[in-house]
Amino acid sequence: MTSSKWVKHMADLQDLYRQIILDHARNPQGRGLIGSLQDGGVAQSHQVNPTCGDEITLRAHVMRDRSGDVRILDVSWEGQGCSISQASSSVMTELVIGQTLTQVEDLAAAFRSLMDTRGGTVDPQVEEQLGDAAAFAGVSKFPARVKCALLAWIALRDALLKATPVEGERHG
Amino acid sequence: MVDKAETLDRGELARIRADFPLLARPTPGGQDLVYLDSAATSQKPDPVLDAEQDFYIMRNAAVHRGAHSLSNEATMAFESARGQVASFVGVEADELVWTSGATAAINLVAYGFANATAGIGPSAAQRFALQPGDEIVVSEAEHHANLIPWQQLAARTGAVLRWFGVDEQGRVRVDESATVITDRTRIVAITHVSNVTGAITDLAPVVARAHEVGAYVVLDACQSVPHLPVNFRDLDVDFAAFSAHKMFGPTGIGALYGKRDLLADLPPVTTGGSMVEVVTMTEATFAPPPGRFEAGTQPVAQAIAFGVAAQYLSELGMAKVAAHEAELAAALLSAVAIEGVRVIGPTDPQDRIAVVSFVVDGVHAHDVGQVLDDAGVAVRVGHHCAQPLHRRFGVAATARVSASLYTNEHDVECFATALSTVRDFFKVGEAYG
Repeated sequence: MTSSKWVKHMADLQDLYRQIILDHARNPQGRGLIGSLQDGGVAQSHQVNPTCGDEITLRAHVMRDRSGDVRILDVSWEGQGCSISQASSSVMTELVIGQTLTQVEDLAAAFRSLMDTRGGTVDPQVEEQLGDAAAFAGVSKFPARVKCALLAWIALRDALLKATPVEGERHG
Repeated sequence: MVDKAETLDRGELARIRADFPLLARPTPGGQDLVYLDSAATSQKPDPVLDAEQDFYIMRNAAVHRGAHSLSNEATMAFESARGQVASFVGVEADELVWTSGATAAINLVAYGFANATAGIGPSAAQRFALQPGDEIVVSEAEHHANLIPWQQLAARTGAVLRWFGVDEQGRVRVDESATVITDRTRIVAITHVSNVTGAITDLAPVVARAHEVGAYVVLDACQSVPHLPVNFRDLDVDFAAFSAHKMFGPTGIGALYGKRDLLADLPPVTTGGSMVEVVTMTEATFAPPPGRFEAGTQPVAQAIAFGVAAQYLSELGMAKVAAHEAELAAALLSAVAIEGVRVIGPTDPQDRIAVVSFVVDGVHAHDVGQVLDDAGVAVRVGHHCAQPLHRRFGVAATARVSASLYTNEHDVECFATALSTVRDFFKVGEAYG
């Protein structure tokens, strides 16, 4: 094999498993379900990746603040999966807590567009918006792994659709 | 058990590998391809590829219809392939039904039972009718293809599903045949070789007990027929399913074996063109087997290529194939015998074929597969369509290496080298922070 091909190939693997992803996989944020489904404003979603048997149970706690915005108070999750799925759950948790539903929808759309780049150029605006989650750009080169990265986002969307926000004080 | 037999020498193996053009292509990363996913699908040798193409170039015509000589020629090639595949597994051509694959073959039997239960078919079909409370026995090691059709049959008929467990090494607990198979058992659907553990099922006690209570044995032979000498007549199973694409043949075709008298009484499931005798506006009578089960246009080129694949293996001799693969099983087991790697399956190469599933402590199977792929080593990761078996071993997913006739020592060495880097890549065992 030519050395340039080798270098490019190794780069793909390093790009897939960026340090920030490996760090989150080893020390995931939001892992361990908190609260109870009986609590007001809490909803849960269970999602599986049928190709590998991976699963996630994600719980979201939402509240409507005085301005009428629905805001995520907390996200927690449990599950088993590869380092991509664990890291993605962790990064997403950090990204969405404290955000309004509209902001979360924008973030989710940005993350999906990142997954659709197939290793191509990432829109700088998307990159900035996603912060740490932009590190998953390398996943888009591996179609079999895209679902791993999306699993938590799918669970979050599902939980948010089910949640009835509690009425509360302005958050933050 | 695999008999000791002459194995392949290096020259022979090199010639065999040269028959498989895909093995010579590099990976997208530019490395030599190390293909260790033959249990999912095998690569195809030139004679098979040529046979499929030659049919379309020179002999393509509708079979069993038309009076022209081209159609005759196509029909003869199609039926001669049936004979080749049947004889490869020790049975007669009229006992071998073409199906779209092993999954379709098993469904054909299961839905045949369902039709009989619904009163469809001649009175002789009633031998297959199930009563509520009748039992269908499977095993915990089944591929979903030999589990879900039986769940569905149970749901349609009120029959009860029971199953053999597996031991710590994944071997089906056939020693429990006397209690798992009861007087109510009507069907025993069991795998010959697990696609996850590679364990070979000791069929003799299962078949003996099943026949003692008058139950039919349906064998999933997908992983045995490509790798071991298999003779369905000697095994005395009643039905057996296997696919072409795992034994160097094309996708889109498989086969169902059924004992002649059973196929004669089994109602068809898929109906339509060419599987009939007399059709009126209100009813139809059906052709004798195997045609009764082959409605619609058949995958003719694929059947002919399937025959060539069986011929290719026959010419080498399955004892020799099995002896070569027994060496590979031992080599693969050695390759995974490293710290932090746990095998799901038998540790004795005698009890298994060269399919080895394993778990790397602290690293998910997907991540294992990704690092191996980066080294040009193609393996399967996931549950391999056997979720209950994975649940039995408390894991969601495993990585699986599987060898075939064309696998060589170099393949195993590349895999071993790549596997040794996996835990380091993910820094397993190092303190975080």
